[in-house]
Amino acid sequence: MKHTISAMVENKPGVLARMSGLFARRGFNIDSLAVSTTEDPRISRTTITVNGDEYTLEQICNQLAKLIDVIQVIDHTTHSYVERELCLCKVASTRENRNDVLQLCQIFRADIISVAPTNLIIQVTGDEGKIDAFVRAIGDFDILEMVRTGKILLDRDTNGTQGEKA
Amino acid sequence: MTQTTFTGADGLLRVFEQEDVNVVFGFPGGAVIPIYDKLYHKIQDGSILHVLPRHEQGGAHAADGYARSTGKVGVVMATSGPGAMNLVTGLATAYMDSVPMVAITGQVKTHAIGKDAFQEADTIGVTMPITKHNYLLKNACDLPDVVREAFYIARSGRPGPVLIDVPFDVSAAPCTWHDRGFSPIPGYDPPGPGDPELVRKAAEMINAAEKPILYIGGGVISSGASDLLRELAHKANICVVHTTMGKGAFPETDPLSMGMPGMHGMAYASHALQHAGLIICIGARFDDRVTGDPSKFAPEAKVIHIDVDRAEINKVRRADVGIHGDAKKVLEQLVPQVNPRQPGQWEAHLDEWRRTHPLSYNTDPEDGIAPQYIVETLGEVTGNEAIVTTEVGQNQMWACQYYKCIRPRQFLTSSGLGTMGYGFPAAIGAQLGNPDKVVVDIAGDGSIQMCIQELATAVVHKLPVKIVILNNSCLGMVRQWQDLFYEKRYSATLLTGNPDFVKLAEAYGAVGFRVERKEDVRATLEKSLEITDRPTIMDFRVPGEENVYPMIPAGKTFDDMMETAPVGV
Repeated sequence: MKHTISAMVENKPGVLARMSGLFARRGFNIDSLAVSTTEDPRISRTTITVNGDEYTLEQICNQLAKLIDVIQVIDHTTHSYVERELCLCKVASTRENRNDVLQLCQIFRADIISVAPTNLIIQVTGDEGKIDAFVRAIGDFDILEMVRTGKILLDRDTNGTQGEKA
Repeated sequence: MTQTTFTGADGLLRVFEQEDVNVVFGFPGGAVIPIYDKLYHKIQDGSILHVLPRHEQGGAHAADGYARSTGKVGVVMATSGPGAMNLVTGLATAYMDSVPMVAITGQVKTHAIGKDAFQEADTIGVTMPITKHNYLLKNACDLPDVVREAFYIARSGRPGPVLIDVPFDVSAAPCTWHDRGFSPIPGYDPPGPGDPELVRKAAEMINAAEKPILYIGGGVISSGASDLLRELAHKANICVVHTTMGKGAFPETDPLSMGMPGMHGMAYASHALQHAGLIICIGARFDDRVTGDPSKFAPEAKVIHIDVDRAEINKVRRADVGIHGDAKKVLEQLVPQVNPRQPGQWEAHLDEWRRTHPLSYNTDPEDGIAPQYIVETLGEVTGNEAIVTTEVGQNQMWACQYYKCIRPRQFLTSSGLGTMGYGFPAAIGAQLGNPDKVVVDIAGDGSIQMCIQELATAVVHKLPVKIVILNNSCLGMVRQWQDLFYEKRYSATLLTGNPDFVKLAEAYGAVGFRVERKEDVRATLEKSLEITDRPTIMDFRVPGEENVYPMIPAGKTFDDMMETAPVGV
């Protein structure tokens, strides 16, 4: 089962290395990981999606929380949240099929952000399911290159980053 | 720079003073000269005893032995690159066994970091997975705060080693002393008492249990919960099994003590744990050396797990009640809620197992000196009072089985990592921390040679550490596995080229004895106790084919236990 957790961590060098080292040596497999600063310059937010059972999730949360630089771990499984992911996709496109690509982009509210004689770069945002659907659909064309940011999310009901350390 | 300039190194030493550090185990080198230069005066005026090991690994284990035996934070210092790398085994050992330690390492100058400078190593990167936390200092003025924080992290919660990497220029740079005092660490809040509701549930389960057993580990010792544990066990009449880390947390001479279960534990202790209806686990972690195959371990048992580290709860065995908290504080909550309980059928079973599955060994003098006899006799001549350290292997398991400990912080062994070479330097640290106690290292002829150069350290400091070598001319535990499971193909486990340990002792200025007859064992041990100004090596010649029993083969279950040597072996 897929789980999403957020770890609020101190904005210091080496923190990501500590986290990734922990994942590696304890054998946790990470699907996606996104790190960025927050409204508080001392704190960074890591959003992690992992595939695993309840046991793995519990271990990841507990082991992460043990790191001194980790301030708070939030398991979003039971929370109501909004999530977004951004995907950039470069597809082969010529004058002949450009309109087809544009039509598809309209359906997904995706933007063309670069036009070259032989390709287009498309930007699409949305939850993971929407991005997956877009990638499947655009797959009818020739995908030359693609990159996804990984999921980021915020709980709907909590206020700010303060709270209990999991 | 004038002599009166206050530098990063001064800041470091001032925090040492505030943290009541009076012993530092350290090995100097280029990158720590600014610290050693400031240390010079402290050593001269006697406020800090500096112990120079012959290898940094010895220094780390000595700081570890000092910490385990006294309960204080051990301090070890090394230079950059090779010095820091030589600490790795000692740090990993302390990390696995949750020992409070602060390691200070030198680092190349800040501008040279990352340039592959002379004696540069990525100490932070290397030690990240084997320390509780670590720091690379960039600014001299941060030093006092960081050092104070390091001591706090090392000793609180689940204790562990903390490393501070100090570049040469940072320790040498002038700084202004800011005594900011203690500031809380946002991501670190060691637990106190347990959730009262869970403690109440635990008490209910204990009060209703028909087949309870206390399964205790090193957490009881590090939180200082031994007295409360004794109270709980006696009040509710519950027998106690202990891990190697928990040895001494509950007196092994107490009628309720059931000894150590697991791979080389007492058969009756393993029976007790395996057939329990309720396991009350305090400060232990269901290690594979205790459980064997976890899916077949104690199938009927409900589990109450009390641990300071939340990640240990449900890690190996799912707990019916998991209490995250400090063992001492949780026991303070729990003990008053537990009802007195009369021994019943379960206790009769336990007694029966104790009677029918005792520890035993070959006592025929024709077969040479039984190593078990040596350890047993050591217990007698020291009145079970000695601080015992061990190396790793057969010597360690015989020490666990046959030396009865009566108080916490008395038995120091590398349980988690299984570090050969740990015992002797740890004994040096223990003796320095406990000058009035007898300190004995139980060793094998293989493992003693891993850190034997520390004889010099012990001689310099006039430490009367006793080294009992159970000399079977082989790497006994591996040979035992080869014997039992690899058709006696003794690949690389027969030790040739052993030194004459008596002469070796004398070469260092220590005292050496060789013992080849059973009747000389007691007299030699007694004679060694009279030596109070230098270390003693006792080279006991024991049969090479002696194995440790009982044995549950790795990953197997309780049903696969070999209580004595298989027929024909």
